[in-house]
Amino acid sequence: MSLSNSEPAARTFRLGIDVGGTNTDAVILDASDQVIASVKSPTTPDVSTGIVNALHAVLAASGLPPTAIRYAMLGTTHCTNAIVTRRGLSPVGVLRLGAPATLAVEPLLTWPRDLRQMVCPQSFIVRGGHEYNGEPLAVLDPQEIRKAAQQLKGQVRAVAVTGVFSPVNPDHELRVRDLVRDELGEDVPISLSSEIGSVSLLERENATVLNAALIAVARTAIEGFERAIRQLQIPATLFLGQNDGSLMSVDYALQYPIFTIASGPANSIRGAAYLSQLGEAIVIDIGGTTTDIGILHKGFPRESAVAVEIGGVRTNFRMPDLLSIGLGGGSRVHQNGEIRVGPDSVGYRLTEEARVFGGQQLTATDLAVATGRAQLGDPSRVQSVPAAVAEEGLAYIGRCLEDSIDRIKLSADPVPVVPVGGGSLLLPEQLRGVSEIIRPPHHEVANAIGVAIAQVSGTIDRVFALETMSRTQVLDEAVRLARERACAAGADAESVEILDLEEIPLAYLPGNAVRIKAKAAGALKR
Amino acid sequence: MTLLDLEALDEIALGATVLGTGGGGDPTLGKLMAQQAVARHGPIQLLPLDEVPDEEWIIPTAMMGAPTVLVEKIPSGTEVLDAFRMLERRLHCRAVATLSIEAGGVNSMIPMVVAASLGLPIVDADGMGRAFPEIQMVTPTLHGVSATPMALADEKGNQVLLETPDNFWTERLSRAVTIQMGCSANIALYAMQGAIAKRALVKGTLSLARDIGHTLQTCREHKRDPIEALTALLHGRRLCEGKITDVRRRTERGFARGEMDIAGTGRDSGTQCKISFQNENLIFWRDGQPEVTVPDLITVVDEQTGLPITTEALKYGLRVVVLGLPCHPKWRTPEGLALVGPRYFGYEIDYVPLEQ
Repeated sequence: MSLSNSEPAARTFRLGIDVGGTNTDAVILDASDQVIASVKSPTTPDVSTGIVNALHAVLAASGLPPTAIRYAMLGTTHCTNAIVTRRGLSPVGVLRLGAPATLAVEPLLTWPRDLRQMVCPQSFIVRGGHEYNGEPLAVLDPQEIRKAAQQLKGQVRAVAVTGVFSPVNPDHELRVRDLVRDELGEDVPISLSSEIGSVSLLERENATVLNAALIAVARTAIEGFERAIRQLQIPATLFLGQNDGSLMSVDYALQYPIFTIASGPANSIRGAAYLSQLGEAIVIDIGGTTTDIGILHKGFPRESAVAVEIGGVRTNFRMPDLLSIGLGGGSRVHQNGEIRVGPDSVGYRLTEEARVFGGQQLTATDLAVATGRAQLGDPSRVQSVPAAVAEEGLAYIGRCLEDSIDRIKLSADPVPVVPVGGGSLLLPEQLRGVSEIIRPPHHEVANAIGVAIAQVSGTIDRVFALETMSRTQVLDEAVRLARERACAAGADAESVEILDLEEIPLAYLPGNAVRIKAKAAGALKR
Repeated sequence: MTLLDLEALDEIALGATVLGTGGGGDPTLGKLMAQQAVARHGPIQLLPLDEVPDEEWIIPTAMMGAPTVLVEKIPSGTEVLDAFRMLERRLHCRAVATLSIEAGGVNSMIPMVVAASLGLPIVDADGMGRAFPEIQMVTPTLHGVSATPMALADEKGNQVLLETPDNFWTERLSRAVTIQMGCSANIALYAMQGAIAKRALVKGTLSLARDIGHTLQTCREHKRDPIEALTALLHGRRLCEGKITDVRRRTERGFARGEMDIAGTGRDSGTQCKISFQNENLIFWRDGQPEVTVPDLITVVDEQTGLPITTEALKYGLRVVVLGLPCHPKWRTPEGLALVGPRYFGYEIDYVPLEQ
């Protein structure tokens, strides 16, 4: 991927930063995507300090002048952390367009009480919304909307609007956005559910409310990062990683901060794709405490088909399909009876508590050292571990991974596996159901590489009624919308290609309603 | 007197998914509706079928239509009351209770909304003991009970009263009305007096659903084998354990039809099993031979948690146990099998009871 023809290639570099639970990784790539420098630096509780530290370290390691960095890509957990720790979330005015329908389940009914109280001081269910075929369910009353907006004035910092069947017809949501903006002004951001989730009102509403609550968090994070790169005299344009393994511009990220959630694993999968040059594979990211297993499909992370819970809230916006198991380098080894490893772990205290690092606890890492699979710490400290115990423990790990790979893959055919991350030394040489294990160089910073090389994408997931449009027209419209979103997220229009177009017929509905998912991606706009 | 509170609704909804045999619509949304109603109006009294006075009326309530629509266009919660009251007016009666006509799936929960909102008890019975896709597929049909007068209502204020010559016509006409209402409708039908209800209904289904849910939750808390507990509770049989190796789906006449293949593991190693489904699981095949068929219940549960898996959630790689549960004896009569046997669903197979 060439970025700029007008610049001497040697002077154009990209910075990728990925914030993980344990480490913040940073890489610098040159114009031909070669790794110039990479560092791992501990993640800090406030996230931002860790990012600044990694930034300093990688710049120093590269020996480049800061002015050489033209693009900076950030994959961050700020938003996930805000939901989990309940910090920094904004009060949101929740507007549902559906009355008289939908009154039987009020907004946010299933949310954990503390989160609900923090995020939603007031909610309204007003007349509006559509039927499954896009016809209005009830007439929208502008006065009712304005009255609700006036009551929200001064009480909320953002508004979330969710209309019944807005994935089929977003018309009412768009009209309500204009009315609310007219009442509350440009400073109160408004999130529309049709731009965030798919069919299933409560889950889509939940995702939309979370998105609105996260906008201030995202703004703080982005401003902090921008300040840091300016202080270092880096003149780069900033992009953020999305959870489908692509990038979005700062403006776009401020509208849709929820799409940064789970961007870390998505970046790992994209990084693995680039490093291995595979389009289809299973990517195993073995960390200190857990292992995330994801699927690389057509060069991108496969999406989850089921509702995903975030901080105790069920949502249905797109998320990567991941299987997490309690197995990592710090997993404790249990020796009563059959040898088992995990799911409990010494976590970030690995470098103090593991035997090879002078501690007392036998961990998965110690087994890898005892069998000679890894060279780490002080091998003499695990000489007393019986060979049978070490072999049996590693075999147990292998069986856990085999079982998990089999659960997540789509068919019985053997697939290639790309291990990434620090714990990949635990992976055996061979696994059942796996055609080959590919260990590319730089796999330990695959996530930061993944965000640095990513394209800019746009996706749509909408339901179309085939009553007034032909199937071809519907597909064309979906493709057009996906391209439009990719460009809005910061892609160069000329380079945008359609990567995926999926048609899902909806059962039980007459008149042939069809759900269409389209994904377009292109190079960064210069 | 048994009262159903929020916790009981959790248990019944879980049990209803087991009785839904893969279909019947996910009860989760119905449970949220019922829980909001109970939180506002208080717990619901569970009325044993035997205690319904012979001369008094009871009116089942339910939803029909597409589950996809239900989870998007959630009801207002009052349209089902409209349907209930319309039937009362038509019959010149005050019903003493409502009940579920289909205890498998979402329709275990809709009558709870009626009961809580109107302060009426819910009868501990249903018309199937499981889930079925069509209106006429209920035990009252076998006892000559008419589905009509049937009331349909939507959130827009539309109300339709149907009178039909038989329950097959009720299915056809109510389906057409439901589509016009936006693919989901709230209904009241099969109104019965106590005397006939005692003969025509499947007794104790809500208690059973609650027991199933309670058993599964207790096993999870105490880490006991949920599969063994379930089969013992339901006098069922563990048909096979294995891994789903393929799921093939197609939409036919508005129904989600398909098959899934299961490669046996553990004590079933070496056997190839298959389940054919149409919303609900219909036929269980072992090595190409039909072994258990509708109307007996075929339920797929997670190998470890025992939690039921709906046909929509089936996918490659799931480790499952297939349970066969005996249906109500009424379904095993020639009349019952004509209504819901394998041939009605298009399979040229004779029904053989699960126990044989």
